[in-house]
Amino acid sequence: MTQFRTRNRALLVVGALVLAGCASQQEPEPVAQEESPVDVAPVESQAVQADPTPTDFDNRSRPLTPSGRILATKFYFELDQARLSARDLRLLEMHANILTRNRDRRLVIEGHCDERGTREYNLALGERRANAVSSFLTSAGVRRSQIETVSYGEERPDDPGHDEAAWGKNRRAVVIYR
Amino acid sequence: MFVSLQGSNALEIVIDRGNDNPTPIAIVPFTSTNPAVDVSPVIAFDLVRSGQFAPLEEENMLSYPSQPEDVYFRDWRILGMEYLLIGRHLTRVDGDVTVSYHLFDVSAEREVKSGEITASRDRVRDIAHRIADEVYEEITGIRGAFSTRILYVLVENIGTSYARYKLEMADSDGERPRTLFETSEPLLSPSWSPDGQRIAYVSFETGRPAIVIQELRSNFRQRLPPYPGLNGAPAFSPDGRELAMVLSRDGNPEIYTMEIAVPGRSLRRVTRHASAIDTEPAWTPDGKSLIFTSDRGGRPQIYRVDLRTSLTERLTYQGDYNARARLLPDGRHLVYVHRREGVYHIAWQDLETDQGPRVLTETSLDESPSLAPNGTMLIYATQDQGRGILAVVSIDGQVKYKLPSAAGEVREPSWSPYLDTLATNRGL
Repeated sequence: MTQFRTRNRALLVVGALVLAGCASQQEPEPVAQEESPVDVAPVESQAVQADPTPTDFDNRSRPLTPSGRILATKFYFELDQARLSARDLRLLEMHANILTRNRDRRLVIEGHCDERGTREYNLALGERRANAVSSFLTSAGVRRSQIETVSYGEERPDDPGHDEAAWGKNRRAVVIYR
Repeated sequence: MFVSLQGSNALEIVIDRGNDNPTPIAIVPFTSTNPAVDVSPVIAFDLVRSGQFAPLEEENMLSYPSQPEDVYFRDWRILGMEYLLIGRHLTRVDGDVTVSYHLFDVSAEREVKSGEITASRDRVRDIAHRIADEVYEEITGIRGAFSTRILYVLVENIGTSYARYKLEMADSDGERPRTLFETSEPLLSPSWSPDGQRIAYVSFETGRPAIVIQELRSNFRQRLPPYPGLNGAPAFSPDGRELAMVLSRDGNPEIYTMEIAVPGRSLRRVTRHASAIDTEPAWTPDGKSLIFTSDRGGRPQIYRVDLRTSLTERLTYQGDYNARARLLPDGRHLVYVHRREGVYHIAWQDLETDQGPRVLTETSLDESPSLAPNGTMLIYATQDQGRGILAVVSIDGQVKYKLPSAAGEVREPSWSPYLDTLATNRGL
């Protein structure tokens, strides 16, 4: 029993670290391509537009587009689907370029679902979404060893709401640089 | 009908709907040498929850017999009662409690069942559930399932970074909940071993999914070494020797069985469908087949695979989303999650007549159906005003009640098999 409790506490600490890690990843939402409806204005401050040499990451380790904007790290899906849009593929190509230039960088790809449907099926569907991103990246030259995938199914919604807007935000794959 | 009986942090029960013609029964308060102990309200509430009984209000009773010689049948006939239950508690010198009861058929004017049960003082609720089981079986001919437990996941601080996931076990009436495991990461898919001594579930406690087997008596947790990818949907075989599960170690989700009774834990792959999702296995009662969810036909549907021949047949055809099926103990009737016009219901299907799916629940986002061991009721997860709650529905669709939690959201219910709750030291 004592052992059980001690281990539990250790997990709490690990959990807290994981959460802290996640929190720092979640802040920025903006994406880069002008024609996309989700896109927001070019990213301010640390963007390195003046720098002539290609810089793949900003000073907070966020991936950047060739023009120095912060590159989208979330990719959204239709209900029950794991197909990436043409726009997502263009953005992922930029990730692939960054990863092939930076072979020491690793990527965790998370797959997520909305709350509809059964939990175990959603774990499988989330994995299929993460794999869709992973397959594209490896086909674009990223090494398999650079990529790790994990599905959280419907367990970690971005938006806790119960409507179409929330569901749309929750059906996603997220790429996290390590 | 509205009955609410709330314990400390227990699940609250709100009865929406009962049977059209419940059997009238009088349950006289049991006499007691200790006023703190009374099993009769617990028995009455068990019978009410079944939807098949309408217990008489205490204030409408004309007499309060506690022994057979004090019973005057006309007192109960006048009130339209079909059955009468009386009894007594006796606190013994060693601190144990003995409860004796007598059940009468009022119109036949005879005793139809009696019994005497002894257990330690902290098991009084178990005595009550046992008596309810015996009364229920005597009158309906169906084995009672009140002496059972439910497992579920309670999530506190949902949607915040302080979320807590707690694996809970409570009595079938939601009382006496206790936490079996707690973590800041998701928990899901709890299920019971057939002897009710162990449970298996999926825990993300390390940030990655792993299957955990936990002994209820000792709380000893055994985390099966996780494979890369999914490790999910654990289900004990009817003989308790194997665990069906979902692994995506070979690239996509497939169903496996693992021998857990032997040290080597040999793993056997059951499905082979490289591009499809195969998940949510459940054993047929004879242990010879698995039913599971697969989207090999394009959309999730229910299939059955014979473990010896690998012959696979599709069981559901109506609708474009049928998932997480469970078989009734008769092996003939199936319950599963069925999407109809974008709404997720629990549906029922007779495999022999191929009749169905018949929708049992009309709430929203209904999922995770789990059957009582006698097959009369099922518990499932649903949403009530945007909050996750548990609910119960009878297989005939007539009886419905909800079990919201006093705090937090509850989900992933799993109804235990029949349990010997009066046996000591079983961790129940």
